[in-house]
Amino acid sequence: MIPAAVDYVRADSAEAAIAALVEHGDEAKLLAGGQSLVPLMRLRLATPTVLVDVGRATDLVGISVEGDTVSIGALTTHSTLEHSAELAAACPLLAHVASLVGDPAVRHRGTLGGSLAHADPASDLPAAVLALGGTLVVAGPGGTREVAATDFFTGFLESVLAVDEVLTEVRVPVSTGGWSYQKFNRRAQDWAIVGVVVAEGGAGVSLVNMASTPIRATAVEAALAGGASATDAAASAADGTEPPTDNQADGPYREHLARVLTARALTAAGI
Amino acid sequence: MTDTISPFVGGIVGTPRLRKEDPALLTGESRFIDDLQLPGALWIALVRSPYAHARIGAIDASAALAVDGVVAVYTGADLEGDWAGPLPCAWPVTDDMKNPAHLPLAVGKANFAGDGVAVVVATSRYAAADGVEGVVVDYEPLEAVVDVRDAASDRLVIHEDCGTNVAYDWELTPDPDGVAAAFENAVHHVTETYVHQRLIPAPMETRGVAVVPAPHNGDMTLYSSTQIPHVLKVMAALTLGVPEQKLRVVAPSVGGGFGCKLNVYAEELVCMTLANRHGVPVRWTETRTEAATATIQGRAQRQTIELAADADGKLTGVRATLLADMGAYLQLVAPGVPLLGAFLYHGLYDVPVYSFTCRSVFTNLTPTDAYRGAGRPEATYAIERAMDALAVAVGVGQDEIRSRNFIPTEKFPYDSPAGLIFDSGNYQPTLDRAKELMDWDGRRAEQAERRAAGSTMHLGLGISSYVEMCGLAPSRTLAALNYGAGGWESATVRILPTCKVQVVTGATPHGQGHETSWSMIVADQLGVDPDDVEVLHSDTAISPLGMDTYGSRSLSVGGTALWMATEKVIHKARAIAAHMLEANADDLDFAGGTFTVKGSPDKEVPLAAVAFGAFTAHDLPDGMEPNLEAQVTWDPGNFVFPFGTHIAVVEVDEETGAVELIDYAAVDDCGNQINPMIVEGQLHGGIVQGVAQALWEEAIYDADGQLRSANLADYLVPSAAECIDMKLDHTVTPSPTNPMGVKGVGEAGTIASTPAVMNAVVDALRPMGITDVRMPASPMTVRRAIEAAGGSS
Ligand SMILES: Cc1cc2nc3c(=O)[nH]c(=O)nc-3n(C[C@H](O)[C@H](O)[C@H](O)COP(=O)(O)OP(=O)(O)OC[C@H]3O[C@@H](n4cnc5c(N)ncnc54)[C@H](O)[C@@H]3O)c2cc1C
Repeated sequence: MIPAAVDYVRADSAEAAIAALVEHGDEAKLLAGGQSLVPLMRLRLATPTVLVDVGRATDLVGISVEGDTVSIGALTTHSTLEHSAELAAACPLLAHVASLVGDPAVRHRGTLGGSLAHADPASDLPAAVLALGGTLVVAGPGGTREVAATDFFTGFLESVLAVDEVLTEVRVPVSTGGWSYQKFNRRAQDWAIVGVVVAEGGAGVSLVNMASTPIRATAVEAALAGGASATDAAASAADGTEPPTDNQADGPYREHLARVLTARALTAAGI
Repeated sequence: MTDTISPFVGGIVGTPRLRKEDPALLTGESRFIDDLQLPGALWIALVRSPYAHARIGAIDASAALAVDGVVAVYTGADLEGDWAGPLPCAWPVTDDMKNPAHLPLAVGKANFAGDGVAVVVATSRYAAADGVEGVVVDYEPLEAVVDVRDAASDRLVIHEDCGTNVAYDWELTPDPDGVAAAFENAVHHVTETYVHQRLIPAPMETRGVAVVPAPHNGDMTLYSSTQIPHVLKVMAALTLGVPEQKLRVVAPSVGGGFGCKLNVYAEELVCMTLANRHGVPVRWTETRTEAATATIQGRAQRQTIELAADADGKLTGVRATLLADMGAYLQLVAPGVPLLGAFLYHGLYDVPVYSFTCRSVFTNLTPTDAYRGAGRPEATYAIERAMDALAVAVGVGQDEIRSRNFIPTEKFPYDSPAGLIFDSGNYQPTLDRAKELMDWDGRRAEQAERRAAGSTMHLGLGISSYVEMCGLAPSRTLAALNYGAGGWESATVRILPTCKVQVVTGATPHGQGHETSWSMIVADQLGVDPDDVEVLHSDTAISPLGMDTYGSRSLSVGGTALWMATEKVIHKARAIAAHMLEANADDLDFAGGTFTVKGSPDKEVPLAAVAFGAFTAHDLPDGMEPNLEAQVTWDPGNFVFPFGTHIAVVEVDEETGAVELIDYAAVDDCGNQINPMIVEGQLHGGIVQGVAQALWEEAIYDADGQLRSANLADYLVPSAAECIDMKLDHTVTPSPTNPMGVKGVGEAGTIASTPAVMNAVVDALRPMGITDVRMPASPMTVRRAIEAAGGSS
């Protein structure tokens, strides 16, 4: 498909991006890797009139580990996460999840910040950050704020980000406890029909594509905390979910998958 | 007829050779339609009906005309007078076939979602797309017919002037009494019903058109991403009423077709007429969404197959009935697609009596037409699935039921119960070898072990033995089937003064590697380097005669024409050489590019000297024309009948319903091979395309006729990541139909693989009482089947 006409500005730092967003208001959209935004524009489902390209904002790129916190710049690509030795040591779950996003071309362009900001319940990384209990750093004209991942997603493709705000950094705790990501899809490049993330020995369990946002499987977490076995805990994986229906799956099948995959994820995580 | 052994002795044919096409393709040097630079060209974009069925009311283009860059907007009614005829259907399979008028732009009513109702002409592709958003069409939506059985009931007739949704009924039952008796006396009577979902061909390059007019002398060049420039030229001349001699059709590099570019499309004719009207080049490049909705789709059949067999499982009769979905209109060869399978529902089994009937109907969905295999994958699927059902009924293995029924080798050439003559075959060795490659017994043991251990990861083994008819086609046979054209092919071979060779072929490649294979054939015959042979094609100004590429015909028909043309050139060169050597032509040997006199090896003249002598014409035999060039048009005497056996092993996850193809063996026989590497490539791609029908691909329509899988995120074309290593081998049973002993291999993989995989899926689930799974065997579909059968929760 052919996108509608759009103006293009480059913002090579977070500060410049915020200024551009303030200037152009809600006509503008940040362009990071473009792997979600550009397809929507081509289908004319998104029609921003100004693109603010932060692709060269180097202050938003990088992975650093300090103490028990991993800080990742929002513009860091999936591919960088996938191949980072530092991340593999500090938070192997996140590196593994990144390696399962789309295909290599998507992973070389798509960014962690873009994936979170896009807030697609079918995406892998948002659920991972959620299970890890991550924190998102958001900068706007009024300064910087920190938002817990659990508070970040507000609806289908919606988050707490204001139109003039930029997600600058994602922080997750160093986490080497038992983990697993069970991504169920039909082709390697596809989004998950259902996905289950288990982080830090079961302290965090989250679900992909089981509601209008990525969600924590709170019933599973509570059951585990209460000493339930993996099998028993997994039985409650679909509690409180509102799975969508699409070509691949209807609600009841997704609920079934959530239970099966949760059991597998807990087992794989050594629980 | 006796087997032909290979006529090739030059050492080039039969050895793997990298494709000479690939460097240009891999570096981006090849030019596709969208790469053409055409200064001043106008772009078009079609306004397409969002409804599957709707009356077209007023069309208001004022907002579109206000868009910067939009030059004009035409409705279907505006252009109605431009067409000398509707879009062509060249295969009126019966004399009373219903063929509703199919105008390039619909007038009055849109009959599928994607049917063009108006066209925007603009100075850029972007402006044209913006213009489309500004065209307001007043639609009156009508109820859509989306199911073939609903269509056949005529509850709602789509084309009022046809009075029915049934396009035609076609029957082939040479011996009705014999068939009735076979089923009456059958010990085993198997009845199976299968559904072939609609498939979207999805070539890597979508379609595209560019038309360059010469308003003053009336010439017109049509560039199209097509498989059939030659056929298109004739059809476009007829449909638009333009003088054919003024028309040139060029297919630049074409990025795949799989049958979907074997057609005459609205956009080609719209670009032509608008190039005429505006006097400048007019172009169009298809979007991926349009490729899903406005380009033909494949398969779309509902089949019932019945097998009659004796107590040993020996077949005594086969009866097949089909309900085929033509979609909203009849495209170029669509009515004939079921007929290409009609003769093969008994597969490669020796059956005395046979019956086939087909009813083809209109629906409010995208028109269907030929898609890789066209009719033969459907036929093979039906018989191969049903043979597994028969094996179960008889209580023998899937391998044994096939062995008991294979046409015995001594019966070739085989008079089939459907009236064909199968040229050559030797089936059992392909099954034996495939089982060996797969370690059949070992796999069966592993399957049993898993079952005994209560594993929820089930193994399934599936066999598919196939024969297909390809090499389209003897012109007289096509006439008997009411096809509107012949099945010959043309080739010219020209040895240039410097002994380099030009070959002109009417077979139009779009990814198959003709340039490489054709060079190898000629090089082997002439004793020259394949790199010294240039193959020209796909431009009617360079290659005026041709019937193009489809139906695995290029090598066995076009290649044969080429082989004969080369022999003709050698014949002439021999006469010149004899003259030069003062010898008798019959006394000359020709090998390695040199003519020698039998018995006096020191008397020799190289082909290069002959070629130069033919060019200078200083000293040719009396009455001989200068130059070394020959053209041959070859009309085959029969189809060719490649065959083989494929075995798939799948693992089915009982808990999730996921099916994974874990092992695949294929033993194919396409007669003599020119370039084994290309044969393997065709098989790899073909097999994956057939596996895709079994496991992934489906054009999903809702009850309103809306396509719910119109992009490559929703339409699951497999990628390299989904492919597994395949164990390939082959046998060689040369075809007696042509002098090279070759058979086609372009569709064989697709024909064989779908039933192999589905048989494997059902084999895995059979202990649960499951006897069929609808294609594609998606996780949810499989899981539902397991749940319905009372499987684990
Ligand atoms: C073929 C294909 C397959 C894919 N498969 C998967 C998959 O399996 N799993 C999966 O999770 N994802 C998948 N994706 C999506 C991919 O992960 C995207 O990269 C990601 O969702 C968006 O990141 P981006 O950098 O490309 O963002 P963009 O597309 O540039 O932007 C997305 C949205 O986020 C906003 N945005 C971007 N960066 C910021 C920021 N720093 N601050 C505020 N707002 C911002 C943009 O304005 C836009 O609204 C796939 C994409 C494609 C094309």
